[in-house]
Amino acid sequence: MGFSKDQLLNRLQELEIDYTKYEHPPVLTVEAQAKYVSSSEGALSKNLFFKDKKHRYYIVSAMVDTKVDMKVLSQRLGLGKGGVRMAPEEALAQLLQVSLGCVTPFAVVNESARDVSLLLDQNFKNQKRCIFHPLSNEVSVSLNTSGLDKFLKSIERDPVYVDLEANPAVGKDQPPDLAVYVPSNSVVIPEITSETSTKQTPPPKSVSAEVKPVASAKPSKPASKGKSVVVENSTLLAFKNPEKFVEEIMDKTSALLLSEAKGENVEALAETRRKLLTSELTHLAIMFKNTAYTEGFHAGKHSQPKRL
Amino acid sequence: MEVDKKDERESESSEQVVNPWEVSAKDGGKIDYDKLIDKFGCQRLDESLIDRVQRLTSRQPHVFLRRGVFFAHRDFNEILDAYEKGDKFYLYTGRGPSSEALHLGHLIPFMFTKYLQEAFKVPLVIQLTDDEKCMWKNLSVEESQRLARENAKDIIACGFDVTKTFIFSDFDYVGGAFYKNMVKVSKCVTLNKAMGIFGFSGEDHIGKLSFPPVQAVPSFPSSFPHLFPGKDNLRCLIPCAIDQDPYFRMTRDVAPRLGYSKPALIESSFFPALQGENGKMSASDPNSAIYVTDTAKDIKNKINRYAFSGGQDSVEKHRELGANLEVDIPVKYLSFFLEDDSELEHIKKEYGEGRMLTGEVKKRLTEVLTEMVERHRRSRAAVTDEMVDAFMAVRPLPSMFE
Repeated sequence: MGFSKDQLLNRLQELEIDYTKYEHPPVLTVEAQAKYVSSSEGALSKNLFFKDKKHRYYIVSAMVDTKVDMKVLSQRLGLGKGGVRMAPEEALAQLLQVSLGCVTPFAVVNESARDVSLLLDQNFKNQKRCIFHPLSNEVSVSLNTSGLDKFLKSIERDPVYVDLEANPAVGKDQPPDLAVYVPSNSVVIPEITSETSTKQTPPPKSVSAEVKPVASAKPSKPASKGKSVVVENSTLLAFKNPEKFVEEIMDKTSALLLSEAKGENVEALAETRRKLLTSELTHLAIMFKNTAYTEGFHAGKHSQPKRL
Repeated sequence: MEVDKKDERESESSEQVVNPWEVSAKDGGKIDYDKLIDKFGCQRLDESLIDRVQRLTSRQPHVFLRRGVFFAHRDFNEILDAYEKGDKFYLYTGRGPSSEALHLGHLIPFMFTKYLQEAFKVPLVIQLTDDEKCMWKNLSVEESQRLARENAKDIIACGFDVTKTFIFSDFDYVGGAFYKNMVKVSKCVTLNKAMGIFGFSGEDHIGKLSFPPVQAVPSFPSSFPHLFPGKDNLRCLIPCAIDQDPYFRMTRDVAPRLGYSKPALIESSFFPALQGENGKMSASDPNSAIYVTDTAKDIKNKINRYAFSGGQDSVEKHRELGANLEVDIPVKYLSFFLEDDSELEHIKKEYGEGRMLTGEVKKRLTEVLTEMVERHRRSRAAVTDEMVDAFMAVRPLPSMFE
């Protein structure tokens, strides 16, 4: 088992790093986290965990407002334009040993993450305090970057801050400027079957929700771009389990409401999106009903007659 | 009732051919739907009917109605008349499970039928004609049964309500009351008539000859005594593609003689292949259609490389002349699948007048289709063999009209 939240917090105290702790219900997205930790406490972060084609893994931790363009990053790392993609759920569990919605710079404290490259947003340095999950999504801590640096150095990591919004040309005479941060070792994650990876993991779309997809200038549909393995798992649960079902509804609805609140939606567009949401949720409800009926059908077929 | 004449069909190149086993346009051109409606003797679905549907169901009519995908009918107005008076009906549609790979064109009747089920709150029977495919495609009995079950999963993934839907395969279900109706229908159709309607000849095996009644009798409620006991007057509405019309022309001809109501029909046009209206969507050419198993990458690729564009050869020419919307496949596909009427109008205007380029239209189409296919895949993953068993169980549906 990896480092626990308590072990991490103890370590911060041992290192005499000044931090403030906030406890709250588990949150899977930045939006949800923002409900419990106000921006006056510090700058919220969005945390991406991705991999390249050679199975090397990266964490990018950025300010919520920083635009992170995966294509540009991929090029700057010397991986070509489409060289990276979101890491699968198994990698999250095996390498970072955190649950979904909990990617954090602190995850590199685990031995299993020794080959994961950590890139931090330069903009963090201008903040008095920044907010990260200390290996649990029921807690947030805010601390100054100097504290984060101290912690990283204590585990023999050089803190790396990068201008994530820069888009320098990459070519023959301009080598990719972040290539030096590509891990020297790749990691092999053994295949896990769907049963084992479902512990209490929340829906994976939180990963994509935490990072606002940069490509789309228009309001993106709530999490319809999930990666196949991971999405199939949690959506299957949403069809069976009432809690997951409601969670799926809440996630989708709140994403819609949030984008409306931000004024991203014009009247007509809001109408269409609501209609689409209604149709999506109805579809979800039908599959839920069908699944329940099927379970009843199975029970009926196999039930034994009453003993007299 | 008008019937296909054998000699008309023989001169294939100079006449369009539309029957359950062959669809081809005249001289490799486009299908003339007006001519078809004329020849078959069905009616156009006009605006007033669509408005009526909106009023009766208190919701926006399905995109396929709004865009004229489902464009012809027989007696649909009578179904609506009865519905207004409180007399319900049931839906009947089906699939010939000839292959495991389903493409978007296959899903169209099911997407529409699901809407009808939800909007009118009526039950549905879905026939999987595994026997037909066994006979026509020369599949083994086991293989056609297996394909039927696999196809059932994709059908279920379209979102049908298990408490209102009965799916059956011919190999499983034919018998009992269903078979009795089949025999009654068979007695009313002479060999000559069958050869006239369906184009059978002395060379065809007798299995083919005896198949049409199998597809006819689900139109009669007495074929399903576990679903509609005592409801012999319940009317039936059949959403299907217009090439299935011959089966139901025959059925409507026979129904009064058996004392049954004639089934009503609501018919769709054909979904064009990626390469254009003249192209043929075929299972052997994976690039002629978008399959429900395609990845986002496949979809993007297929649209970009194979979707026939009505845009001009050069940007300058395009800006000057605009796109030819008549032959442009991306716009056609969008008219099937893009929900938002105003967005479609906007695209048609901008693209047709040369301000929008093909690339942008294709990009939007890719988005729309990817989302649809993804959603289908997620639902499909949740369909277990047990769920198929539940849908196919011969059981009563007590809440079928709720």
